[in-house]
Amino acid sequence: MISIKNLHAEVEGKPILRGVDLEIPDGEVHAIMGPNGSGKSTLASILAGREEYEVTQGSVTYKGQELLEMDADERACEGVFLGFQYPVEIPGVSNLYLLRAALNARRKYRGEPEIDAVDFMQMAQEKIGHVGMSMEMAKRGVNEDFSGGEKKRNEIFQMLMLEPNLAILDETDSGLDIDALKVVSDGINRLRSPERSVVLVTHYKRLLEHCVPDRIHVLYQGQIVRSGGPELADTLEAEGYANLETDEAAATS
Amino acid sequence: MAAHEQDVEQLVAEREYEAGFVTDLESDTVAPGLDEDVIRFISNKKDEPQWMLDWRLEAFRQWKQMKMPTWPHLHYPPIDFQKISYYSAPKSAADKPKSLDEVDPKLLETYEKLGIPLREQEMLAGVEGAQYPTSGSNVAVDAVFDSVSVATTFKDKLADAGVIFCSISEAIREYPELVKKHLGTVVPRGDNFFAALNSAVFTDGSFVLIPKGVRCPMELSTYFRINAENTGQFERTLIVAEEGSHVSYLEGCTAPQRDENQLHAAVVELVAEDDAEIKYSTVQNWYPGDENGKGGIYNFVTKRGDCRGDRSKISWTQVETGSAITWKYPSCVLNGDNSVGEFYSVAVTRGMQQADTGTKMIHVGKNTKSTIIAKGISAARGEQAYRGLVKILPSATNARNFTQCDSLLIGDKCGAHTFPYVESKNSTAKLEHEATTSKIGEDQMFYCQQRGLSEEDAVSLIVNGFCKDVFKELPMEFAVEAQKLLNVTLENAVG
Ligand SMILES: Nc1ncnc2c1ncn2[C@@H]1O[C@H](COP(=O)(O)OP(=O)(O)O)[C@@H](O)[C@H]1O
Ligand SMILES: [Mg+2]
Repeated sequence: MISIKNLHAEVEGKPILRGVDLEIPDGEVHAIMGPNGSGKSTLASILAGREEYEVTQGSVTYKGQELLEMDADERACEGVFLGFQYPVEIPGVSNLYLLRAALNARRKYRGEPEIDAVDFMQMAQEKIGHVGMSMEMAKRGVNEDFSGGEKKRNEIFQMLMLEPNLAILDETDSGLDIDALKVVSDGINRLRSPERSVVLVTHYKRLLEHCVPDRIHVLYQGQIVRSGGPELADTLEAEGYANLETDEAAATS
Repeated sequence: MAAHEQDVEQLVAEREYEAGFVTDLESDTVAPGLDEDVIRFISNKKDEPQWMLDWRLEAFRQWKQMKMPTWPHLHYPPIDFQKISYYSAPKSAADKPKSLDEVDPKLLETYEKLGIPLREQEMLAGVEGAQYPTSGSNVAVDAVFDSVSVATTFKDKLADAGVIFCSISEAIREYPELVKKHLGTVVPRGDNFFAALNSAVFTDGSFVLIPKGVRCPMELSTYFRINAENTGQFERTLIVAEEGSHVSYLEGCTAPQRDENQLHAAVVELVAEDDAEIKYSTVQNWYPGDENGKGGIYNFVTKRGDCRGDRSKISWTQVETGSAITWKYPSCVLNGDNSVGEFYSVAVTRGMQQADTGTKMIHVGKNTKSTIIAKGISAARGEQAYRGLVKILPSATNARNFTQCDSLLIGDKCGAHTFPYVESKNSTAKLEHEATTSKIGEDQMFYCQQRGLSEEDAVSLIVNGFCKDVFKELPMEFAVEAQKLLNVTLENAVG
């Protein structure tokens, strides 16, 4: 699905990613863990096409294409979805309106006609149920006056509507109560299929218990310093990130 | 679905400013310059009675004593009023068309190009059962083309209801007593420099009278545009809603592309008697000029509503996207007890456009209420000022005002300025004021683009959301037009 090679990036002259290598095959779910400030959100944003980060070295291929050469909207139309760590509010624009515009943008990109209004509403009605939200909420302004948990549910709702090939979820599980966590993990599991891949950026093992990943990677100071199977989450939970310094020394030497 | 959601298709459709063309109808134009003879010429052309000519001449005398206001936050070279031609009429209008067949085909073609509701030929012809495409509601059109009304529709249906809807020139001839009674009672001849000029030389406009207790059976609409090169346009509109009546009036315009600054100085007067309601909606799209501001329209407008009767209500809703310069403060004088004034506005400035706009709410009667919601959008090197006055007179016990002014900046070369003035002479008044200035956030843009929207679509989505509180006050078909216009206006605004 996606192959990241020696990715270096900086913001305002400050290096943040310092040589990230990552392969995510079709149909796999990979988790990225790591302490705050290690560059997880930066990596997610760069993959989604945010322009304030400058890529100084390296390459990313996605479905055989040079991802870094595509604009953010083009990547989205090619099936890249980012679940934001901090979803923004867009006052006065209803969630449904944005979603319909997003779906139609994809269709236009593929040369298909726009989605029928009735089909759209039926689809929205079905998927909103999967995340435990009401249509009333979907009609409200994008994330307008939503609680933290509602914003995260809304990201999952959008993901289910847009059916991406590569979903990158940046701490979608942070700050959720048990019920909301279940909604989020069910949503992710619903999306899982041989032609879709998922990247879960998370701090918590509890999400990974609901959505068992194929691989777990630890990002530390802008590099992947350790990778392993699902059991790595237990190790990290037991030991924390304290031993990473030595790992990193080992990795770079 | 709500108007806001309804237009997904329209958002992307029709993206070009299509109004840049000039129709070469032969004009009957007076030589540039202004003196008493020109005023006599205009009055004579219109077959006016002596009292009307006298009224104009008195306005002209007052105007000569006045100076152009210098307080607005606007910059433009001095206007030479002797270089403007004050009368222009399409030739074919000398012989007023009796039906659509008699209307100059060139004119119909112009409307066609503009894509205004007049293209709905059936509707224009008043064919029984003809429906307005987006809402099914009826709209009556009084098209003012270069100063003279050439096509008026739905006359019969309106006549059945007792509604008078005609050009002001016709009203002066047909209903002189009504015009005499109300003209200049809301905006006096000497009110301001531009109102005085308009009073002296106005050439056309609309007259509406809704009789006691009548709910106007359709929305009344005037579409007009400037057509002859170098001709000032001086519209005069007078709307009187008698006791307990109700009317919704739509005004919209676009202008053809041209190379010289054009002066437009309209006056609109509204009178609402006891329990009457007037809703006045405007979508304004005068030619704004090229990137350097060359060739745009100068738009100096005096609009004022008099809530003369108790429990009367006047709402102004405007979407201002055009003009090189806009100077405009639709106002309400709340004379009647328990009367209500409202002002909802979206103003867009881009390129070199400048706008100084806002409203005045003058509270005179008891328990009077006013609401002001002003949304300003500036892009490129656009400059705009919101200027609002809320005045509470000693007589206005328990007056209420709510004001909200929000500015949205696109890019960092544009500007927005807010000048809210409050004068309260009654301690029982309750006034609330909220103001925000924001930039279209990178975060909002990225969020939309990450969902697949192009940069342009992302901007229009965010901007439409910003304007929603105003758009929802517009009649449905106008709301869709307004959104379209906004999208066209803000095309390429970013980056
Ligand atoms: N836009 C930005 N401007 C300046 N510094 C930034 C910006 N974005 C991220 N950083 C810095 O980059 C580092 C990595 O941040 P981030 O990717 O958000 O980490 P994580 O998501 O792993 O907590 C931090 O030191 C952060 O302060
Ligand atoms: Mg982060």
